[in-house]
Amino acid sequence: MIRLLLAVSIILAGSPAEAQTDTNHFNTDSTDVLLADSTITATLVLQLSEDSTRILLDWTLGDSINVILERAGNDSVFATIGSFDPTINSFTDSGVSPGDWYMYRLLNGDSMKDLGAGASVEVPFPIEESRFFRTERTNALLLFLFYAATIVGYISIAKRGAQLFIRKIAGLDAVDEAVGRATEMGRKVLYIPGIMSVDNIQTVASMSILGYVAGKTASYGTNLEVPNKDPLVLATAREVVKEAYLKAGRPDYYNDDMVNYVSYDQFAFTAAIQGLMTREKPATNFLIGSFYAESLIMAEAGNASGAIQVAGTAELAQLPFFVVACDYTLIGEELYAASAYLSREPLILGSIKGQDLAKAVLVGLIILGVILSTSGQQWFADFFIQR
Amino acid sequence: MRRQIAVLLCFLTGFFVVVAFFIEQDPIPDINEKLDELLVIVFAFALVLGVVSFLQHHSKKIRRRDKGWTSSVISISSLVIMALLGIFESSIRGTGIIGDRTTFDWLFNWVFTPLQATMFSLLAFMIASAAFRAFRIKNIEAAVLMVAAIIVMLGRVSIGQVIFPQSLAISEWIMNNPNLAAQRGILIGAALGAASMAIRVILGIERPYM
Repeated sequence: MIRLLLAVSIILAGSPAEAQTDTNHFNTDSTDVLLADSTITATLVLQLSEDSTRILLDWTLGDSINVILERAGNDSVFATIGSFDPTINSFTDSGVSPGDWYMYRLLNGDSMKDLGAGASVEVPFPIEESRFFRTERTNALLLFLFYAATIVGYISIAKRGAQLFIRKIAGLDAVDEAVGRATEMGRKVLYIPGIMSVDNIQTVASMSILGYVAGKTASYGTNLEVPNKDPLVLATAREVVKEAYLKAGRPDYYNDDMVNYVSYDQFAFTAAIQGLMTREKPATNFLIGSFYAESLIMAEAGNASGAIQVAGTAELAQLPFFVVACDYTLIGEELYAASAYLSREPLILGSIKGQDLAKAVLVGLIILGVILSTSGQQWFADFFIQR
Repeated sequence: MRRQIAVLLCFLTGFFVVVAFFIEQDPIPDINEKLDELLVIVFAFALVLGVVSFLQHHSKKIRRRDKGWTSSVISISSLVIMALLGIFESSIRGTGIIGDRTTFDWLFNWVFTPLQATMFSLLAFMIASAAFRAFRIKNIEAAVLMVAAIIVMLGRVSIGQVIFPQSLAISEWIMNNPNLAAQRGILIGAALGAASMAIRVILGIERPYM
């Protein structure tokens, strides 16, 4: 398969201010900013060779002049790589390394002024056509195999009947209390499974908790409403809730309207939820899944309506909002541990223990990395760089 | 049998996606790409389900005259109007009732977009009320949070450096050291949790989709 030449042609012909818009990768504080030559138009086109070992440069000039080609690397410092008379309008730069950034600019060979023509590129790691395994991802494969082995190992320990301890998670202990409160008050339980689709692992984790909550509302005969932003989540949530009601022996309590669709637009969805919380005042709100800017708007509306709120997300930026506005918050990994915690199924508990062991090993590796990097041994930290 | 097929399909698909991350021999990358396209197709069908659910939900509210039923009338009307305009008008430029743009464009730019912006701007007020609650000093931790927050806020605004010249340096230190360390701790835990969850789903130990 012929790999297309990666053409990065950021052509700039104009003032140095315009030229600098192309250099955002580089240190704009660089002292080698030259005077501009605005009397001559110039364009510079850059192409990377198929094997990522050469950069081919072509330029066109509005006048017949000598030019100087300069190159800057990751350090943003320009150095001359060639001087050319008006008959030459191309150059092949063979001294490039994969993973590095390069920027080129053209100068007027007589006045040494910047012609305002520049282009930049990051040289990717070459892809060998015949290669089967992506060798640059060996680190990820090794870590994945270790992690999977740890989890599967602990699952087999759990299968043999070993007692596994899992620490208390206040947010999950509160689920029963929260549903019970709604039952006592005769109001509904509102469950919002985030705004992302089912390909987001947080939504998948949220579906597990939804199954548990639906089982409780079915047992207590409490109203449950699950508004959705994503149609695929709607279909999944309907199955999950229906199954939970069936398992609880209350299939007659279930109706499709409990799990409904609102809007695919983030803020239309937010407005609908805010309105629902204000008008119907659910006794309990679960905000569990992947949330973004709408998290605080929803949580504050729920807080103002006096509902007990249990939130859970792994979105770092939204966690402070939930912590402030909700009664209980599942932070990061607690969200993923919820199914094990709630179901107490030994197999799932085993996987959580495996995860804990892997985390301990990872902490050890981080400490080792800090020690080695501090003593000048960078190879260890480099091994873990994502590629 | 139906369940076993679902679990098997989940295992095969999940395993394939993991393999495709490491292998680039044809046809694996192409099949992986096709799987992504398949998701888009499934999404299109699910969207119809969503629209039906939306119409049923709001029609029921209107029929029963539930609390807020007038909002349901507006919701259904908006859906119908935008859908009809989108289908019959948006492809014919310059035939709209307002200027040289279609009515669909006009409604989108001058009704829908401002409504979105209004919702988003509510966030500022929500942050103020949430901050007020968070900064009430009930214990030592809350006091530490309050002091740290004040320094960071001062460090982020120009007048802050006039009031307390060291605020920028201390604010940077708070954000780049204790704050970043805590964030990374949460991030590493969440990443491991997500991977563990993915392995459980692929192996069929956890089946939230059923």
